Amino acid sequence: MATKLTPKELAKNVERLTPGHRLCAGCGASIIVRQMLAAIDEPVVIANATGCLEVATTIYPYTAWRVPWIHNAFENAASTISGVEAAYRSMVRQGKIPEQNIKFLAFGGDGGTYDIGLQALSGAVERGHQFLYVCYDNGAYMNTGIQRSSATPLGAHTTTSPAGKVVPGKQQHRKDLTAIMAAHNIPYVAQAAPSKWRDLMEKTRKAVNCGGAAFMNVLSSCNRGWRHNTDETIEITQLAVDCCYWPLFEVENGEWRLSYTPKEKRPVEDWLKRQGRFRHLFRPENRYLIDVMQKEVDRRWEHLLRLCGAA
Amino acid sequence: MSTFEALAGNEAVATAMRQIDPDVVAAYPITPQTSTVQKFADFVADGLVTTEFVTVESEHSAMSACVGASAAGARVMTATAANGLALMWEIVYIAASSRLPIVMSLVNRALSGPINIHCDHSDVMGMRDAGWIILFSENGQEAYDNLIQAVRIAEHPDVLLPVAVCQDGFITSHGMERVEIYDDADVKAFVGSYQPQWSLLDLQNPMTYGPLDFYDYYYEHKRQQVAAMEKAPEVILAVAAAFNRQFNRDYGMFESYRLGDAEVAVVVANSAAGTAKVVVDQLREEGLKVGLLKPRVFRPFPAQEMSAALRHVKAVAVMDRAISFGAMNNAGPLFLEIAAALALHGERMPIADYVFGLGGRDILPGEIESVYRDMFRAAESGRVEQMVTYLSVRE
Amino acid sequence: MAQLKGWKEIPIGGMILEAGNAVEYLTGGWRAFRPVRGEAACTHCFQCWLFCPDSCILVDAENEKMLGFNLEHCKGCGICAAVCPVNAQVRRKAEQELDRDDPRLCIRIIEEGQAEE
Ligand SMILES: Cc1ncc(C[n+]2csc(CCOP(=O)(O)OP(=O)(O)O)c2C)c(N)n1
Ligand code: SF4
Ligand code: SF4
Repeated sequence: MATKLTPKELAKNVERLTPGHRLCAGCGASIIVRQMLAAIDEPVVIANATGCLEVATTIYPYTAWRVPWIHNAFENAASTISGVEAAYRSMVRQGKIPEQNIKFLAFGGDGGTYDIGLQALSGAVERGHQFLYVCYDNGAYMNTGIQRSSATPLGAHTTTSPAGKVVPGKQQHRKDLTAIMAAHNIPYVAQAAPSKWRDLMEKTRKAVNCGGAAFMNVLSSCNRGWRHNTDETIEITQLAVDCCYWPLFEVENGEWRLSYTPKEKRPVEDWLKRQGRFRHLFRPENRYLIDVMQKEVDRRWEHLLRLCGAA
Repeated sequence: MSTFEALAGNEAVATAMRQIDPDVVAAYPITPQTSTVQKFADFVADGLVTTEFVTVESEHSAMSACVGASAAGARVMTATAANGLALMWEIVYIAASSRLPIVMSLVNRALSGPINIHCDHSDVMGMRDAGWIILFSENGQEAYDNLIQAVRIAEHPDVLLPVAVCQDGFITSHGMERVEIYDDADVKAFVGSYQPQWSLLDLQNPMTYGPLDFYDYYYEHKRQQVAAMEKAPEVILAVAAAFNRQFNRDYGMFESYRLGDAEVAVVVANSAAGTAKVVVDQLREEGLKVGLLKPRVFRPFPAQEMSAALRHVKAVAVMDRAISFGAMNNAGPLFLEIAAALALHGERMPIADYVFGLGGRDILPGEIESVYRDMFRAAESGRVEQMVTYLSVRE
Repeated sequence: MAQLKGWKEIPIGGMILEAGNAVEYLTGGWRAFRPVRGEAACTHCFQCWLFCPDSCILVDAENEKMLGFNLEHCKGCGICAAVCPVNAQVRRKAEQELDRDDPRLCIRIIEEGQAEE
């Protein structure tokens, strides 16, 4: 019997990520990892791309992982786990090791996923390895000091898209990686956020049991990069969901389904104004960017509603 | 019972892979390696191997998947060449430093640019400091034999390093020759089964691979890699001895061909050594005391043994199929290493470098003969006329 | 910090064989703020347990009781207090902005070094 998805039941299981890791106070990445791993009852084996999560959880000679874990490089978490999974299938098939219903997972930041690791991810899911790739999307290369990625929202200040006298932060919208992954026609793709923990956990369960490659894009606050107080992590994450910058949905065997409709769709501005990385957008000469962003968020939201048959 | 078959080098390599039947092969096609993976794909399609063949989308992913699979305790192989190897680069280092006994068939090809699909050694020379054991093969037979031995070398508990087995692109990879193929069962018995000491799939003992390693321990891990390289020659020779007992073919760290009483010697690796042997025989007919040293194990480099084998000759020519641009005198890597080895072991004979065959340019017996004749002059005068010669390049 | 080991004494390849040994690394010293219990009664809903990024909410899982905070590792982010539903209730009832260290809360966030009362 699967553990009931209630905190009290889940707390009875062993923590798979120990304290003593060195992620910043209030980092969203470990919240996501904890919630997702708590939702999986089966044994897991994990590959991790270079990035904050990897660096902070395994500083030699310490590891915060109580489960088998491998870091190879920045751009290859997907190909690495595909090798692990292939080894498992091969050796089980040959009777060299027992079948243990292992769930294979890969974690990568948005840099390691949207950008440098996209090819490896595309290849691995196309080959149909049974694994779940999780992108914890904090919208920049945080580990190297907050550089822009293709996941960085329009207008955000990062150290390579700084808000300067002439250029007001990042000039492009976020790449829609979740849709790109859905276009691979793999059995399961979802977008989630730890503020909606039960939704995140249910999706995790579906993903690891979908019988093929699965992808989840999970919004991960980085208070250093986003510039907010450490205790606002969950609230600001949920604001991104409620303003529909980060809608929650899933694509199961090609069927798009909305997982959550905000009671009241908040203006994007409500989310932006809580984060220092957007502070410059509130200067009169830059405010138009908020409108541009709002339009784009609305357009993508409407499109999503159509895909989900909810328009 | 072994059989003699007319095979191209790549087919011989694919045959070894079939006989070894690794748990996982992850590879991406690139000329002149392609026929290896194609042939191996046939074996998979026909159910002749139990291998999980991971048809990755790039060489970077090939080596990455190999690392994952090997960390999971599988026996893992790959094959590539030139640009493919270059694309793997980052993970080539990670494979070695993670101490994963991956075996690679490397079909030597010129590294771009301009792009060129033919043989030289610019690809393998780039990986010489990466921490892999590197074996050279003169012909298809040696590529086959070396690949079989590589599995046992790599997986030896005192070594646990990846091994690359080189052969020359097109010249041997596509050249048909008579290859002795050993009995499947004998090869399987020779390589045995891999018993990994650690595995990512060991759920009872969950382990962490590839942590962030700072100045407090990184250096110690590098020192361990040195220790493994130090152990490797012993293991390589023990595996060669076992191979000789089983299959009756003798391998060492290098091959000395008519070197014992030679007055001048040429050092050259891979297929050109075959051509050089013919030249040696011809010159010996003329009564000239010439010999050949053909490197087999390039990493770890048997400096002392090579120096001892060359001690008595009066002049040495190294033939390099690559240039180490900007290195001393813009010489080739093999020359630099042998010159250093001889000097450090107190040998003071004249030594010269002959770069040849870049981008697949033919090396003709007459050219090798001219090298020997240069060496006789150097032996007489006590000095070389030119430190580095770029053979048969048009002025 | 333990005595650094020599190259012959550590596993090869950078492997770490003691799963979860990061618990030995104490991050509690990072804290500028500290979570403490306030007056409002805990309902043991385990929301704090769900959201703590550092697995620092101590619980008696069998008896379903929230016990307190692992202060050896807690980094003082304050998320536990932010997600605490009892805190939200207290705030609603108070009908005014409450400081993070208001004694009426269930989980309070106080400055590290400050007395709990
Ligand atoms: C091939 C390569 N290029 C660049 C780097 C440097 N690097 C390490 S982590 C990182 C950014 C990671 O960003 P992301 O994937 O978004 O994860 P985060 O740190 O935000 O969690 C970069 C650029 C690297 N390690 N390898
Ligand atoms: S920099 Fe951001 S993503 Fe990285 S550990 Fe800190 S809070 Fe987390
Ligand atoms: S303050 Fe942060 S780290 Fe400490 S117990 Fe609360 S949520 Fe966990």
